[in-house]
Amino acid sequence: MINKQIGSPEEAISRIKDGDIIGIGGFGGAGSPNVLIDTLIAHSDAKNLTVVSNNAGQNEEGIAALLKTGKVSKIVCSFPRMKNAWVFEELYRKGDLELELVPQGNLAERLRARGAGIGAFFTPTGYGTALAEGKETREIEGVHYVLEHPIKIDVALIKAKSADRFGNLVYNKTARNFGPVMAMAADTTIAEVSDVVEAGDLDPEVVVTPGVYVDCFVKV
Amino acid sequence: MKTEEKMALAGRVAADVPEGAYLNLGIGLPTLVANHLGGDDKEVVLHTENGVLGRWIDAPEGEQDPDLINAGKVPIKLLPGAAFFHHADSFSMMRGGHLDICVLGAFQVSASGDLANWHTGDPQAVPAVGGAMDLAIGAKQTFVMMDHVDREGNPKIVSELTYPPTGLGCVTRIYTNLGTFETTPDGNRVKAVYVTPDLTLDQIQQKTGVAIDFSMISQTRQEH
Repeated sequence: MINKQIGSPEEAISRIKDGDIIGIGGFGGAGSPNVLIDTLIAHSDAKNLTVVSNNAGQNEEGIAALLKTGKVSKIVCSFPRMKNAWVFEELYRKGDLELELVPQGNLAERLRARGAGIGAFFTPTGYGTALAEGKETREIEGVHYVLEHPIKIDVALIKAKSADRFGNLVYNKTARNFGPVMAMAADTTIAEVSDVVEAGDLDPEVVVTPGVYVDCFVKV
Repeated sequence: MKTEEKMALAGRVAADVPEGAYLNLGIGLPTLVANHLGGDDKEVVLHTENGVLGRWIDAPEGEQDPDLINAGKVPIKLLPGAAFFHHADSFSMMRGGHLDICVLGAFQVSASGDLANWHTGDPQAVPAVGGAMDLAIGAKQTFVMMDHVDREGNPKIVSELTYPPTGLGCVTRIYTNLGTFETTPDGNRVKAVYVTPDLTLDQIQQKTGVAIDFSMISQTRQEH
């Protein structure tokens, strides 16, 4: 019988290795998988990680707390400069954390492309700006485009509302944000969920992330 | 800008948003436009890049849900008829030209519609871009809402950007406390479609870094 539920976040986090690229869902606090992040901080020896996420955390919670451990050497994100993002700012200014700044829509589409098997794509976003410097460009029917590549994710950590044993997921309101594309992009996707329901209880018409993209989930 | 000037500016932008429009309001000054769209006489659908289309208000105290926020990360309360979607879909509808109008703040706009609003160019600044570059070029029309001059009194409507660009040739209209201006493809002038009665046309021109074509302003006003 297929059952993707596992007993503890520690078991899930043990899949993370040195040098992994970790995709983390969330937009600010909404959709941030804080239990998985806290478990990674407390129970993993993995070092030299790259984090891919929209933000870089606030105060000393979530991604900010993870950055503070020194386990992360690079972050790929669109908006690290938030209110109370002092952990990111200090590491960045000291040169202890490499930043790849990506326009938010490019971040989402590069993740989607990875999950969809697309080799690269031309997008109008960023053309003529500092964030497209050095990148291949092309004019197609009078519009200028920049070539952008997929972002490989080794392990995605996401948060959803409900899961069934097949790993089908639904989310809660705007906490959905990057979850579905992180799940698509990753070789291994781990979800933390609030509810576990019987197979059949999620209407197949409303499943947002089908279980094929989910390796395991843990109830928190 | 004084509060009443900001409100008047937001009202001027809102008046140009037609019934049925799909509208994205950037963080900061543009969020004020939402307050002027009310009423059943004109229904407008808002888009927020973190995954909602619909109509909403700031969530009242006691009804705030950390999982239901707008792009400014402010808790919202939805009105009937909304839809949720993930980030790739959200930026697809933006980049794909499905939204009618995006209203953004700016450091500078050039007469040809180049926009600078993401970085001051200060090498010491911690960079952050968010959705600015996608929003700038995505919608059918991009409006900018800003002070006519910066804190030092320098024009923010310029012939060439001196700040790093967010997008090129993307802004169609510029709304400032002194007037409403259309950009032009050749970039050698902007066309005034409204100017404040508080200043002479010469005074407005002096606060602007590029020639203004006042021909759409009434003859009476020009002789003022």
